[in-house]
Amino acid sequence: MQPANLLLLTLVMAIVAYGLGYARSRSLAMPMGGIRHLKSLPFYYGARAALWSGIPALLVLACWMAFQGKVIQLIVIGGLPEGLIPPTDGEASLLLSKISNVASGALPSGFVEAPIAEAAERLKALRSQSQFLMSALVISVAVLAGFLGWLRIRPRLNARAQVEAILKWLFFSCAALAILTTVGIIFSVAFETFRFFEKVPFTDFIFGSHWSPQTALRADQVASQGAFGMIPLFTGTLLISAIAMIVAVPVGLLSAIYLSEYAGKKVRGVVKPLLEMLAGIPTVVYGFFAALTVAPFISDVAATLGIEASSQSALAAGAVMGIMIIPFVSSLSDDVINAVPQAMRDGSLALGATQSETMKKVIFPAALPGIMGGILLAVSRAIGETMIVVMAAGLAANLTANPLETVTTVTVQIVTLLTGDQEFDSAKTLAAFALGAMLFLSTLLLNVVALKIVRKYREQYD
Amino acid sequence: MNSVNTTIASEATQPVETAVPVQESKPAETVIEEGKTVGNPFSNDPKFKLRDVEVFYGETRAIKKISLDIARNEVIAFIGPSGCGKSTFLRCLNRMNDSIDICRVNGTLQLDDHDIYDPKRDVVELRARVGMVFQKPNPFPKSIYDNVAYGPRIHGLANRKSDLDEIVESSLRKAGLWDEVKDRLDATATGMSGGQQQRLCIARAIAVSPEVVLMDEPCSALDPIATAKVEELIAELSESYTIVIVTHSMQQAARVSHRTAYFHLGHLVEVNETNKVFTSPEHELTESYITGRFG
Repeated sequence: MQPANLLLLTLVMAIVAYGLGYARSRSLAMPMGGIRHLKSLPFYYGARAALWSGIPALLVLACWMAFQGKVIQLIVIGGLPEGLIPPTDGEASLLLSKISNVASGALPSGFVEAPIAEAAERLKALRSQSQFLMSALVISVAVLAGFLGWLRIRPRLNARAQVEAILKWLFFSCAALAILTTVGIIFSVAFETFRFFEKVPFTDFIFGSHWSPQTALRADQVASQGAFGMIPLFTGTLLISAIAMIVAVPVGLLSAIYLSEYAGKKVRGVVKPLLEMLAGIPTVVYGFFAALTVAPFISDVAATLGIEASSQSALAAGAVMGIMIIPFVSSLSDDVINAVPQAMRDGSLALGATQSETMKKVIFPAALPGIMGGILLAVSRAIGETMIVVMAAGLAANLTANPLETVTTVTVQIVTLLTGDQEFDSAKTLAAFALGAMLFLSTLLLNVVALKIVRKYREQYD
Repeated sequence: MNSVNTTIASEATQPVETAVPVQESKPAETVIEEGKTVGNPFSNDPKFKLRDVEVFYGETRAIKKISLDIARNEVIAFIGPSGCGKSTFLRCLNRMNDSIDICRVNGTLQLDDHDIYDPKRDVVELRARVGMVFQKPNPFPKSIYDNVAYGPRIHGLANRKSDLDEIVESSLRKAGLWDEVKDRLDATATGMSGGQQQRLCIARAIAVSPEVVLMDEPCSALDPIATAKVEELIAELSESYTIVIVTHSMQQAARVSHRTAYFHLGHLVEVNETNKVFTSPEHELTESYITGRFG
């Protein structure tokens, strides 16, 4: 039986176990005078039976799936004649893929040596055996454990506590999964980053002011050695993010103030969803808006003013990115401003302060930490943004502070380094991981700072 | 709604701020004549002159034709069961109801013979003259000093830092808080005890030298000792300010006020000298309330 079908069958058996457990608890309860004489509700007995049946079976299934490939591989390789056993891991996996190609019929067995063909036959047999054994084991575990669980249903059994405990672990494992994924990402990036630093010195990367990742593809090719200084990329990122924040923070903040303090209910009901719609526009759309509308407009305006501007400029990308981030800033600030107690407003108004004085002197300072937190989250969003910059800011790694010139960002370079056919162990490819690691570190730092500030804010009104 | 002799039973309307019906145990046959208040509602030297005041929350009539004078430098207490409109009425006196969209006020309300609800009236000036202290202490999350200095700064009452220091000190002294906080004026106000916070709010209100101080149940969130301190303070302040206090505690009304006004379902039922109200009430509803039969 296929693993997917087996999974489905296990679930069906768990549901059956639920029904049987539910029925048994009710039939036990009825002679005693109703379900109130049970320790727990019938639902809990059913759920307990289902969990007893499902969880061990799923665990067995998961373990089998995890180890069967490795075990079969060992048996097949071990069964080869002495001379054919590959000396290295790399050759072993090559040989194994050859064997499995033969087994699947992609490679006719006539084309390979006899021992390989034999091994392929063995592989086929082992696989079907394994699948059969797995099905049998999983089904019998599910039935047996489910039966045991069903059998042990007693009126005095505290099924509720057991179910609650298991549910707690279920929720915990979901949370753990998210954390483990993050850890996994960190490690995969970290390993490649270390490999990169074996090829390019750490200080060259951190302090280098020249970025030109073109390296020779083949040993005999004449090409530049490549320069991996990250400073132009990070200044480009900072420049564009700064422009984005210059656009997004005032507009977002002031519109949040308007929405929360001045706008009537009706206006608010219309404007707020419209503003939040900006967040729903795909970044690609923003990208071509920036590249086709804003960038030419900026270079035209600059030309009429007699200033030279590149057709792809940091200003265009930054401004459009700022528009994209406005709903972020306004939505978060609006929440924070609304969280300031009405008593603060009343207190200020009752002293004869006007609405704007109240806003400026009481509400805004009280909300400031939360607003700062929101802005920092928006900054990390801006730093990580790729699509707009790819389309509107260009690829040239200029070390410049002039917003009219073309610059490039960390994210854009990661994209260009990893797209297309690449050698996976060249410095060029690995540089993408090093950049990713640096980017991750800086946004992580920003997020930590933002969370700290938000937490501090929470304490104020408790 | 200009029918006379409206019975309470036909007046099912309630102010929006409360949904609690309050008339359960009241004598069903009692009739309140609309706009008619027994006792002594008028004064020869009124600070506030209020005539036929009506307040609507949307369609709901929360205050029904109330006429009352509040005399200069008196302490008047508003009492009555929850939802009777006393807070609503209080908030008309400095137009704090303005921020509620659906709230509408009719009638004549005058402070020193000038209309409070005149569209051309400067609300900022009005509120500077009529200060307010709220039910729950609401100090700003700033330092103690900045809390008291807030009003004087807004109204430009001090030209120099030393003037401001003086205002802050004298306000805190009047509020009886100076000795407790003089060494920590820079400490944040939210770290004070509830009673201290409420006295700080009073100091903050009197720092702009108002003529009237409105107090909306100023002690309901305080413990008895803090309450005693605030009451003491009210007695001292009554020498220089007109004070209007809403309270749920009849003992408090009896202790601090010169006159007491009894509100019932948006009507002003009785106004009289405080000792008269509590010893020989003229209206049977007042009597039922102060003897604890309902409310």
